[in-house]
Amino acid sequence: MYFTRLSRLLVGALLAATGSSAFAAFSDLNMPLGVTPISREAYELHMLILIICVVIGIIVFGVMFISMLKHRKSLGHEPAQFHHSTKAEIVWTVLPCVILVAMAVPATNALINMEDTSESDLTIKVTAYQWKWKYEYLEDGVTFYSNLAPSSRQAIYEDPRAVDNYLRNVDERVVLPVGKKVRVLLTSDDVIHAWWVPSLGMKKDAIPGFINELWIKIDEDKTGLYRGQCAELCGKDHGFMPIVVEARNEEGYKMWVAERKAAMASKKVAANEAKKPLEAAPEEQAAVVTHASDLVQPSIVAAARSEKSGGL
Amino acid sequence: MSTATTHDEHHEHHDHGPEPGLLRWVFTTNHKDIGTLYLLFALLMFFVGGALAMGIRLELFQPGLQFLDPHRFNQFTTMHALIMIFGAVMPAFVGFANWQIPIMIGAPDMALPRLNNWSFWILPFAFTLLIATFFMPGGAPAGGWTMYPPLVLQGGANVPFLIFAVHLMGISSVLGAINIIVTIFNMRAPGMSLLKMPLFVWTWLITAYLLVAAMPVLAGAVTMLLTDKFFGTAFFNAAGGGDPVMFQHVFWFFGHPEVYIMILPAFGIISQIIPTFCRKPLFGYESMVYATASIAFLSFVVWAHHMFTVGMPLSGELFFMYTTLLIAVPTGVKVFNWVSTMWRGSMSFETPMLWAISFVVLFTIGGFSGLMLAIVPADFQYHDTYFVVAHFHYVLVTGAVFAIIAGAYYWLPKWTGHMYNETLGKWHFWLSAISVNVLFFPQHFLGLAGMPRRIPDYAIQFADWNWVSSVGGFVFGISQLLFVYIVFSTIRGGEKATNRVWEGAHGLEWSLSSPPGYHTFATPPQVSDAEAHS
Repeated sequence: MYFTRLSRLLVGALLAATGSSAFAAFSDLNMPLGVTPISREAYELHMLILIICVVIGIIVFGVMFISMLKHRKSLGHEPAQFHHSTKAEIVWTVLPCVILVAMAVPATNALINMEDTSESDLTIKVTAYQWKWKYEYLEDGVTFYSNLAPSSRQAIYEDPRAVDNYLRNVDERVVLPVGKKVRVLLTSDDVIHAWWVPSLGMKKDAIPGFINELWIKIDEDKTGLYRGQCAELCGKDHGFMPIVVEARNEEGYKMWVAERKAAMASKKVAANEAKKPLEAAPEEQAAVVTHASDLVQPSIVAAARSEKSGGL
Repeated sequence: MSTATTHDEHHEHHDHGPEPGLLRWVFTTNHKDIGTLYLLFALLMFFVGGALAMGIRLELFQPGLQFLDPHRFNQFTTMHALIMIFGAVMPAFVGFANWQIPIMIGAPDMALPRLNNWSFWILPFAFTLLIATFFMPGGAPAGGWTMYPPLVLQGGANVPFLIFAVHLMGISSVLGAINIIVTIFNMRAPGMSLLKMPLFVWTWLITAYLLVAAMPVLAGAVTMLLTDKFFGTAFFNAAGGGDPVMFQHVFWFFGHPEVYIMILPAFGIISQIIPTFCRKPLFGYESMVYATASIAFLSFVVWAHHMFTVGMPLSGELFFMYTTLLIAVPTGVKVFNWVSTMWRGSMSFETPMLWAISFVVLFTIGGFSGLMLAIVPADFQYHDTYFVVAHFHYVLVTGAVFAIIAGAYYWLPKWTGHMYNETLGKWHFWLSAISVNVLFFPQHFLGLAGMPRRIPDYAIQFADWNWVSSVGGFVFGISQLLFVYIVFSTIRGGEKATNRVWEGAHGLEWSLSSPPGYHTFATPPQVSDAEAHS
């Protein structure tokens, strides 16, 4: 058992060392620019402060290294005995303050914009569970759960490189219309989670008993898939609750809503015929039936392991 | 200070030496013995915590799960942090304080020697309780060292052990801190006025106040966890009218001062070492003291920058962003002062100086990423990613731990009476300084590219830099074995150290013999201006 793991590790190490496709991600060095106004503001502030830090670093470390090269005992440099300079100390107290104000102004403006969830076109409610997400479209009446894709789950103990978007793939995507301001309400059913898709530029905690909010407005021309995952430690399978947002144009979004509603209605009928749970709310019933398997699945990884070892 | 030296050596003949045998270490009230105990305990915990880190890096070496199941992985990250913070870094600094403060201010011992013995001997019990949780049903705590409810309350048998261990560590720290405050205010030799104290003593005085103020807050927070779990209260349970975010506020009200508890004594050590090897007085001594005090004050008003994503009101986010940015000012003053001390000095690069210089550079990099994290709109992207992991390891490993190692090389000849092996010391430095950057620098890239922290497995696009980071981690881990070898071979023997040890060293401790007698400064020394703050 350990031998096969070790050999797989060695092969992986060799692959990484010899280059080829394994080097592809070495170029992932920076924050993504993203596809929303918010994500671009975050990116621009990030670059601004990064450049300021690099410039300060070059100056400070530069002076230090010049001093290390020139003011050495081995070169016979005699030590000066000065030990303070009020003028210099005032300068390097005031100057940083000015730089900080220069950084705080754009940051404040960006933050005010980011926290403004008013005048949204559409609201979705996200409820976090250990370890999956539930999405409810409040205006459009669509509800579903989103789990780690089975392909990723099976690859955990097999070959993660063989599947598409390992650990960043789901069974049900969140579909959002481009060009609309979407207000996302976040809460949790158990512990604290955090909903985060880097390209959309905002992260917020999902807290049991409380509702947080954020907003997303994907650029008109940026239809496509955007991937993220839970960002707050939420227990055993914290690393296994991805988020996939599918950005569609308005027509595509409306088609999707219609399809989902039809599917939910037919499943609800089927459920009522098969068995009538007395207490569950209507949308809960639909969810239960659509994803009945989730409820008996205690842990994503434990399930993957037992599948692999033939039921443990 | 030749008078002090002769006094001291004269007295040694009459001194009660240490008790023979192992019981010496159990019953000792001698600050040097207790300092040694603290330092050795910290070294042991550094390797326990380090072994857990090796496990983490081994699992993250490749995508997929190979060695640890996710629950065990979470136990490793949680325990790695708790052991490194409370078992390695904090006790190491208390060890330095015990050894150095009395011999730097000309005191015969700590003011409260029995309390000193107790505050150390609590620790082995605290960590036995904590580490024992690995062998309990459900394993060790796995909710992160920050112990956020409701997750932490899902833990099984480990919860009360974790809470009791934290209480014990807190008691130990507060007792140690009280002892340090009392010693500094009451035991200084005549002429050692507050503004003549070595900077290490100053930074520890301020740190001790932080400990006294912050540790009881942690005790309160974990006690509320205990009653929530076992006695039916609902402090942090929304269903009972509580608020899980309140825990985070209380925790970080302790947690941010805690960050400075782990870095202010490091500033002190570095401020002793750099002037020695520059053969030039420390630049801006008084502004160093004021900067330290300002950092300590600010540390109580920035806590919520650890939790910008919990959904605070806009005004709260702005307040904590501004106060956090403000910390850059006094921290900048410190870095500028160190660089100005080097400027036009007469530098030599013995092992302690190499560690100190790398501290200044790498800690500053950690400071820069801290500044970036303060910008709230960008922090929404950085928060809980590997960017944060890189940030706090730059300030804690290349900051606090590098300063501890620098201080160990600097004072080891004084403590043991032997010079360490300079060649091996330099090997240790270069291996560590290179590998630590291979280990932590790529984690900035991982975080920016979107890898969350505290995950046992990751998407394929994170595989390459994780592989590099793990290789750096393994080299860094193995390099530290060299440190153990160097320390123990220096204790056993080696070239005899002179009293002054370093050509440019100033301060009362260097007027004592190497090693100093078991009891020193039984008669208070006269403090000359030349030996005052170096």
